[in-house]
Amino acid sequence: MSLPEELRNVRPVGPRTLGGAASTWIERHAQTLVGSLGRLARQPLATALTIAVIGIALALPVALYLVVANARAVTAGLGDTVQLSVYLRLPTTAEQARKVARAIKARDEVGEAVLVSPDEGLAEFRALSGIGEALKALAENPLPWVVKLRPAEGQDSAAAVEALATDLRRLPEVELVEADTAWVRRLHAILDALRQIVVLAAAVLALGVLAIVGNTIRLEINGRRAEIEVTKLVGGSNAFVRRPFLYSGFWQGLAGGLLAVSLIGMGLVILEAPVARVAAAYGASFALAGLAAQEYLAIIGGGAALGLLGAWLAAAYQLRRIEPRA
Amino acid sequence: MIRFDRVFKRYPNGREALSELSFELATGEMVFLTGHSGAGKSTVLRLIALLERPTRGHVVVNGRNTGSLRSGSIAAFRRQVGVVFQDHRLLDDRPVYDNVALPLAIAGVPRREMDKRVRAALDQVGLLGKERTFPLELSAGEQQRVGIARAVITKPPVLIADEPTGNLDPDLALEVMNLFHRFNAVGVTVMVATHDVHLLDRFPVRRIRIEQGRLANHPYVAA
Repeated sequence: MSLPEELRNVRPVGPRTLGGAASTWIERHAQTLVGSLGRLARQPLATALTIAVIGIALALPVALYLVVANARAVTAGLGDTVQLSVYLRLPTTAEQARKVARAIKARDEVGEAVLVSPDEGLAEFRALSGIGEALKALAENPLPWVVKLRPAEGQDSAAAVEALATDLRRLPEVELVEADTAWVRRLHAILDALRQIVVLAAAVLALGVLAIVGNTIRLEINGRRAEIEVTKLVGGSNAFVRRPFLYSGFWQGLAGGLLAVSLIGMGLVILEAPVARVAAAYGASFALAGLAAQEYLAIIGGGAALGLLGAWLAAAYQLRRIEPRA
Repeated sequence: MIRFDRVFKRYPNGREALSELSFELATGEMVFLTGHSGAGKSTVLRLIALLERPTRGHVVVNGRNTGSLRSGSIAAFRRQVGVVFQDHRLLDDRPVYDNVALPLAIAGVPRREMDKRVRAALDQVGLLGKERTFPLELSAGEQQRVGIARAVITKPPVLIADEPTGNLDPDLALEVMNLFHRFNAVGVTVMVATHDVHLLDRFPVRRIRIEQGRLANHPYVAA
């Protein structure tokens, strides 16, 4: 009737020093960490599918963000194509027109300015409009003298162009100033809207990732119901039971983040040459902008955090409902 | 160590399992809980293991009133009570080592001490060397002994068992009951629910007999 020392003294178990407690804590977490990895590896298909969905859900808003960022980069250089057309009042002689054109060209904000006579204008209109025959029926040329100008370098922001147009409108010989900055402004407005859409899409897809991870963990918890019951039966706390599932969610989110980063990186590599060809065709040099290293890290970290949160939500809800029966 | 004070238990489905049940176990005592199936034996054990709380009355185990424990303290409380089940409740997809070590893993015992203790516990139940075996490769008696090793590995002050010999032939049953007796001999308070009359007579142990949720005999009539 003797028991070995290990089983004899009736006293609660557990580490007895703070240092011992810390190292035990680390050891337990390390075991759970590796254990949850092993469990994921034993279900390769399910794990791969979950990771793929997370990766795509994370990559989508990032890709959209890159499209917008690159579109902004392209249109930022569009100022030099901004052109103003200054239409002079109708009874203007060639002499007056040339004087106005010289005055306009002398301004600091103006880069180059070309005077277009009514005859030249009509010829151009005939050539481009395709209604040349009809125009022949006109008794006299209805077109005014026009000064076409481009803003000087550095004066091509929408605001500067608008200010120049306002100035020119005040000249007595000027009937109308057409500044085609409107489409640039519209484009930028569209890009701003797209940026909002990126934020919205990112939020919605983040919720999607939470739902995916949550559901995966929920299934995993159901599959290990017996184990959870027994663990609770022998004194496992909710935190102890929850831990492997949190790690599982963490790993899947992390892998999803890595996949998203790889997808983005691959997409950039694939698109680099075609984009360069398009740019070359327009005589522009434009390099596709990618992401900074910390942005890549943020995607990976974001994936891991979403995985952890999704697992936590599912576990908090599901584990409370599993109580041991005996 | 265990005190039931006018305990009344009604399950949510309306079944009254216990009524006005009072008894007491001293520290280091061993008792048999007897009675027909359905008499309330399992309910008594479930109340001690805090799988249930009394509807009325008090259940005090190791100085703690189970009725007033917060849900956050239940896990820690259960670690003070080793439980052995008739169907042993082992994890079939884990080797014997993992099954026995589970309470130590929960308590956060370092790996080296865990190894030592698992070996000691398996030695105690006669299963040393079976660490890497899976439960389904063991006989019913061996599985039950794995369950006992798991129940005692944290050295709980209280050990309870629900029909631990129910599925065993007489020799194995005697062997298992001897194990409980040995743990009791070193100071563990033991309560075994059983209706195995032949076995009862071989141990000089107090019996608490329950009938229809009440004490059927004077609690201090010894066998």
